[in-house]
Amino acid sequence: MFAYILRRLAYAIPIVLSVALLCFLLVHMTPGDPLVAVLPADASQELAQQLRVAYGFDRPLPVQFGLWLWRVLHGDLGASIATGRPVAAEVAHAVANTVMLAFAAALIGFTLGLALGLIAGYFRGTWVDKLATSVAIAGVSVPHYWLGMVLVIIFSVELNWLPAVGAGAGGSGQWAWDWAHVRYLILPAVTTSVIPMGIITRNVRALTGDILSQDFVEALYAKGMRQSQVFRHVVKNAAPTALAVMGLQLGYMLGGSILIETVFSWPGSGLLLNSAIFQRDLPLLQGTILVLAIFFVALNLMVDVAQALIDPRIRRA
Amino acid sequence: MSALVEISDLHVRFVGERTVHAINGVDLTLNAGETLGLLGESGSGKSVTLRALLRLLPKRRTVISGSIRVLDQDVLALDGEALSRFRGRTVSMIFQEPALALDPVYSIGSQIAETVMRHEGCSRAAADQRALEMLNVVRIPSAKSRLAAYPHELSGGMRQRAMIALALSCKPKILLADEPTTALDATVQIQILLLLRELQREFGMSVIFVTHDIGVAVEISDRLAVMYGGQIVEQGALRDIIRAPSHPYTRGLLGSNAHAAPKGQRLETIPGAPPVLDAVPRACPFAARCAVVEQRCNLQPPPVVEIADGRLTRCFLAAGQDASAMN
Repeated sequence: MFAYILRRLAYAIPIVLSVALLCFLLVHMTPGDPLVAVLPADASQELAQQLRVAYGFDRPLPVQFGLWLWRVLHGDLGASIATGRPVAAEVAHAVANTVMLAFAAALIGFTLGLALGLIAGYFRGTWVDKLATSVAIAGVSVPHYWLGMVLVIIFSVELNWLPAVGAGAGGSGQWAWDWAHVRYLILPAVTTSVIPMGIITRNVRALTGDILSQDFVEALYAKGMRQSQVFRHVVKNAAPTALAVMGLQLGYMLGGSILIETVFSWPGSGLLLNSAIFQRDLPLLQGTILVLAIFFVALNLMVDVAQALIDPRIRRA
Repeated sequence: MSALVEISDLHVRFVGERTVHAINGVDLTLNAGETLGLLGESGSGKSVTLRALLRLLPKRRTVISGSIRVLDQDVLALDGEALSRFRGRTVSMIFQEPALALDPVYSIGSQIAETVMRHEGCSRAAADQRALEMLNVVRIPSAKSRLAAYPHELSGGMRQRAMIALALSCKPKILLADEPTTALDATVQIQILLLLRELQREFGMSVIFVTHDIGVAVEISDRLAVMYGGQIVEQGALRDIIRAPSHPYTRGLLGSNAHAAPKGQRLETIPGAPPVLDAVPRACPFAARCAVVEQRCNLQPPPVVEIADGRLTRCFLAAGQDASAMN
């Protein structure tokens, strides 16, 4: 088991490195001068050259990458071109908000998805199954930014129960786990949860149906297991695949949804990416993408390990 | 000898997109301490009979009628807790593919222990102890370390031994074996058959052994029942049937055995294909393939004739000209 974890870690390192290289290059391949955003329109050539040197844009790309990576390894993601504040702090702040949103959405979406999927799988072909499947399809198909706006219209505008935008009083910097703040989380979390809910329902339904049709389930009944004991076996067999799907979904949510965070003005990584892109804020963009990619890789690593803990056959792979 | 299992006039019908009359009037008894071989080709209803006995057939798609009594218990009336207590304790079952019949994500030991705890309500430690004993009983080498092994870590023969250990862990009175040697290669097959014979004596069980392999049936059975088209066409003591098969289908089966055939000659075969069971057979289901078919065979179902003590045959020819009043 330990060897398996080490092996997985070894696989993860080149992935992270290539992601770093890729996001570094991607930004450099996009057209447009990164200095355009900070320079006044009538700036002189000398001033532009000075700034270019100050930011290191005049040096060859490999050197830029090497220097950047070196700094990154020391926790320095540079300074935002637009605001001048350190990227690491900006990203940490935004990612923390998105993590909160993602976990809240995961709590809702995964719970519902697992429950609906298991029920639909167990009662395949009945009206319960059809209902659960319809909910799942609706969840995957409805555009979530549209759903977000509809929820805002219903619960904020009409009923006035929940706030429409923002992350609470005092801005995003003063989050607390009390009702005054948590109520800001509800609408964006519900909106975010809808797609993973649908995807997990459909996956778990298929998984459950597949497992229930396997011989060992009949054998479990044949040896006198109760319905609830058989259920335990079904869940454990479904867990590795379900975990993989959930890990992937959580990864997507941790990336932050630009659309949802824009609709709800949620100060997360999606919103940060959005502004970084529009302001051509290169260091901020690179930093954000890199941190999110590392999150994604780390999450998948955890899923791999969890799967191996549950299913002994995976450890050999 | 008293009967442990008494099946009478069992009918099983699968409903759904297509209706299949899988079992059409099976009468069968199993006596204490005997091994009954249930022989037949695919689709003859032998596996369905076993599953009906354990009530494993999917409720929503199956219609069962007739009666199944095991140790004077009405099996068809069992439900819920009583049914799951009956399964695995009174009657237990081993399967064709142990690789598929064992849960891949639980260790062998915990799967046996789980069964013991379920039926005897003992502690985990006691159940683990029993699991170890059972692995020794089925002669799995270095049993102690195999308790922690997962099904995929064992060979086919070892897996089937583990499956047998699991099935016998609560000392059932009756063991149902659904082609347990079909998926194994020939040498392992013999080992498993010998083991089953031995354990049957040791545990004083009765066994119903389903197979499509005459060689295997001869090896293991005391008594034989031959199934065709969801009916038992012939049953009796193994030796009598092998020596003098009375039903044309049994004769055909024995005749198509490759072991006794002289080299260089074509094997005898039974022409045609098994019957389509989308309706209850209203004549002899074997008539279309029978070498000695008569006109009446296609008009009405043949009677069950007792041609000797305990020897039953479902055929007009055995009944002779005037004995058609039996059924």
